[in-house]
Amino acid sequence: MAVSNGNSVMSKGNFGEVRLEGVTKIYEKEGVSHPVLQDCMLHIPKGKLTVLMGPSGCGKTVLVNLIAGYERPTSGRVLIDDTGVAGPGPDRLVVFQETALFPWMTVYSNVVFGCSVQGTPKKAIKEKAELILKKVGLYEFRDKYPSQLSGGMQRRAELARAMINDPKIMILDEPFRGLDAMTRQLMQEFYVGLFEEVGRTNLFITHEIDEAIFLADRLIIMTYQPGRVKAEIEIDLPRPREFHLLASPRFMEIREQAIDLLYEEAAKAFSSGSKAAYDLVGALVAQKGACKPTCTPR
Amino acid sequence: MKKMKKIFTVSTLRGLLSIILFVVLWQLVVFAKVPYLENLPYPKDVAVHGVEAVQSKTYWLNWEISLIRVFVGFIAAQVIGIPFGLAMGASKVFRDFTFSAFEMLRPVPPIAWIPLAILFWPTRELSIYFLVFVGAFFIVVINVLQGVSNISVSLKWAASSLGARPKDVFWKIMVPGSLPSIITGMTVGMGVTWNVLIAAEMIAGQGGLGRMTWEAYTNHNIPLIVVGMVSIGVAGYLCSMAIRWLGEQAMPWKKRF
Repeated sequence: MAVSNGNSVMSKGNFGEVRLEGVTKIYEKEGVSHPVLQDCMLHIPKGKLTVLMGPSGCGKTVLVNLIAGYERPTSGRVLIDDTGVAGPGPDRLVVFQETALFPWMTVYSNVVFGCSVQGTPKKAIKEKAELILKKVGLYEFRDKYPSQLSGGMQRRAELARAMINDPKIMILDEPFRGLDAMTRQLMQEFYVGLFEEVGRTNLFITHEIDEAIFLADRLIIMTYQPGRVKAEIEIDLPRPREFHLLASPRFMEIREQAIDLLYEEAAKAFSSGSKAAYDLVGALVAQKGACKPTCTPR
Repeated sequence: MKKMKKIFTVSTLRGLLSIILFVVLWQLVVFAKVPYLENLPYPKDVAVHGVEAVQSKTYWLNWEISLIRVFVGFIAAQVIGIPFGLAMGASKVFRDFTFSAFEMLRPVPPIAWIPLAILFWPTRELSIYFLVFVGAFFIVVINVLQGVSNISVSLKWAASSLGARPKDVFWKIMVPGSLPSIITGMTVGMGVTWNVLIAAEMIAGQGGLGRMTWEAYTNHNIPLIVVGMVSIGVAGYLCSMAIRWLGEQAMPWKKRF
């Protein structure tokens, strides 16, 4: 893992770790309580890329909201470096599913938003912003508005907006959803490259098993309602990673292991009638069929 | 990058043609003496009166009077309505305290305020300002409120994650985020403003395009009635154009490149 190459713009090397201790989150709806997370224990280690997977309804997004501080757990504790989370803050930055760039600001203003509300001097901001914009290949587009960018460029702008604040933890909630397959692949490579350069603590949430394994140091699989950690897999694939890895035997091995674990949970979600789970089972059955023709559904 | 705007595109030519067709149709209707429309003047008579009118000082004075009334009432409605709507959108407590009363007053047509307005305000002019204000105020507030509540929660979350304080979220997210709705409110409000103004002028006014049209009626000068109507149409159109221009200046991110 390549840590900060002395480039203070990318990172000061001040990474954090996240711990969830017995976290339960219950939503009340028309007098019925829905436990989304139950006694969830989770550790997201310092400087690693942790990927979280699970069927729809396993509380992935709720987990993001708890760590980011947008919501509070019903019980249990969310700790960042042993300090409880009291609300949102620039030490934990979230890149959302759908773009959350401010449509009324140019790319430049979006990227520097965090620094400027925190009162960083204008000159320092400009230097930092220009470096980061060059890094994500958007320097030429700095005066454009988000609606004038392609999907991939929007995601890169969001990554830049988060990275410029040098957060201790980056949280990415299905950030590449909705991109076409080719752009998605390029974004994955771009993102993994950034991570390998800086080595920040990252929590990455996804539905895509190949994406998950390609990116992760550790893969966490969640159970279906109520959500808790079902399994953790260490991904020992070598870094730096590039796309040929997807065809390597070790990759396939891990993939099969992960699919088996996911399949159980997806099937549970399926029998409970979740539409999204139905889609996931469909996809998994196709994948399972491809790599393990003899298996029978549980 | 920035292209010169073409003035004579196919669309504008079609637009001109539609006006010409309308005038031709009008001429035909009068010429054929269509029942109930016998009193309608020929376009030519209207044009003659129109040319006469634009050369007179009183005509332009009426323009001035009406425009001042619109601006005072309309701007007052923005100055009070936009902060009011933003406050309602930003604070649940404020909304709880104001929304029910607001929603009860909102359906009352502005014209129904005329008697009270005349009774309460010391001068006619003030009553008309007030009526114009009422016409735009409710529309502005309801649009701003909707604009604020339509701002996606992820934008507010993203802002607070980046270190924005509630004050920053209000000024940098809520205000610009509700701008499209503010402009929509202004556009609709401007239309209602002219409706209310003309009615108020006809009933209670001294001077103004509405009063001019009404006096043409009492003097049985039918071509001048039509001149008045056309003037009101043009005035309303110019005001809408001004708002649209304002909207484009205020929201550069909405432009298509």
